[in-house]
Amino acid sequence: MERIPILKMGRYLLVTIQVDMHDRLAMALQDDLMEQIRRHHAEGVLIDISALDLVDSFIGRMLGNIAAMARILDADTVVTGMRPAVAITLVELGLSLTGVRTALNVERGMELLDTAREERETGDGRRQG
Amino acid sequence: MAVVRDEQVSVRSEDEVVRVRQFAREWAISLGFGLVDQTKIVTAASELARNTVIYGGGGTVRFQALNDGPRRGLRLTFEDTGPGIADLQLALKDGYSTGTGLGLGLSGAKRLMSEFEIHSTPGQGTRVAVTRWK
Amino acid sequence: MTDGAKSALPSLLGRYDKEILEEWVKLQLASDTHRADLVTERDVRSESQRFLEATRTAIANGTDIRTPEWNDVKNLLTEISQSRARQGFSPSETAMFVFSLKQPLFGRIRTELAKDPAALADATWAATSLIDRLGILTMEVYQKGREGVIQRQQEELLELSTPVVRLWDNVVAVPLIGTLDSARTQVVMENLLQEIVNLGAAIAIIDITGVPTVDTLVAQHLLKAVAAARLMGADCIISGIRPQIAQTIVHLGVDLGDVVTKATLADAFALALKRNGLTVTKVAAVSSGS
Repeated sequence: MERIPILKMGRYLLVTIQVDMHDRLAMALQDDLMEQIRRHHAEGVLIDISALDLVDSFIGRMLGNIAAMARILDADTVVTGMRPAVAITLVELGLSLTGVRTALNVERGMELLDTAREERETGDGRRQG
Repeated sequence: MAVVRDEQVSVRSEDEVVRVRQFAREWAISLGFGLVDQTKIVTAASELARNTVIYGGGGTVRFQALNDGPRRGLRLTFEDTGPGIADLQLALKDGYSTGTGLGLGLSGAKRLMSEFEIHSTPGQGTRVAVTRWK
Repeated sequence: MTDGAKSALPSLLGRYDKEILEEWVKLQLASDTHRADLVTERDVRSESQRFLEATRTAIANGTDIRTPEWNDVKNLLTEISQSRARQGFSPSETAMFVFSLKQPLFGRIRTELAKDPAALADATWAATSLIDRLGILTMEVYQKGREGVIQRQQEELLELSTPVVRLWDNVVAVPLIGTLDSARTQVVMENLLQEIVNLGAAIAIIDITGVPTVDTLVAQHLLKAVAAARLMGADCIISGIRPQIAQTIVHLGVDLGDVVTKATLADAFALALKRNGLTVTKVAAVSSGS
């Protein structure tokens, strides 16, 4: 079974979703991501969905799960590249991606991860700069 | 009202769910739906196809192009002989979920389409028909 | 229709076609619905002649205009009707083209069938109902034509959505103008979202200064657009909210949630710049002749 490749980009991991996701693939992705976050001490995950022409409740749940699990491993998640038609449909669907931050593209997504980390560090003071 | 095109395909596996999405996209395009409407149709189809496979034990989906006077529409009818839904009201409530998540499937599809009809008999199966008018 | 009347109309038209034509044309030119400014005598004559000839051919098979034999007449009338509509004739003026044929026709019927009152009555009835139906046809054609124009204009209106403009790096604005209906608002919003992607603009200002009224439906569309932009990773500021609109929004019970609103586009732009970490400062005045 194919697995979705995960790229390391500095402190972050990048996943580009291009194929139709099914249950097994989604589970494998989640497992792989958590493993990679742990191994590389990644501080953030970027999930690029610019190739998706639809996001249904299954994908929505998957994105939410990834964000929640990554958070437990002390990593932030940003979903990037959502297409307008998909966004409009999601609003109509009533699916709210709570706990998932979004950005227009990967570059912005990285900036967002940078600021998110800064906020968290100055916020709870657990890490002294 | 006239049915000008009619086709039925099997929905029994993940791969067939993918095919149903592609079919839905093709039909929507050929009926002249714009990109946003196409996305809504395909998303609703994806929800219902998944339900048919995961909860209905597999079934069929029927694609129909409709002509009602001046307006044209696309109707998708999903049918399975699975366990059926015991409490329809509950299942249609936004965000309702059993186990891995019937979740927003039914209520979501209802919101995305112009018409929504569901018949379900516990122990016999379920039939969901959704229509989007242009 | 009695046998006498059945053959009466076709033979009348056959024998007196020239006389009927002359009388009819004269009547049209003298009528107060005649539009000398729009049509010449020659046009009137030629249209009338073509119509009479087509009618003569068709009527040989009966007076039911639904039969295929009457297609030529109907097509001709449709053509005349459409051309007159385009020239600016009112539907009544065009219909009078057909109705005015009654007088010369009835005149002939009266003269020819004076000795047979029953046949006269039948022929008159047949003629009047035929002409009525043809006259109504011209009205229907006119109506369909107008509906076609309205449809086209509606489509053009949809195309004519206000453009999305780039105000600065990362900032776009769309000034909404006029009354917003469902279809139009959706088109504008889709354009806005697409431009957000194209330009990579994370701040979108939706200015509603040019929108006279906001009802629940429009408000819902705006909120949906804002929600969609957020899902994509952009944020919206709604500006140009007049006091009356603010009142309406409160009265309607519309919940703007945490959408930022500003009274003017300028305020919204200033906020957008601030969010980008930019400020506008005054450059020291350059003294002249120093």
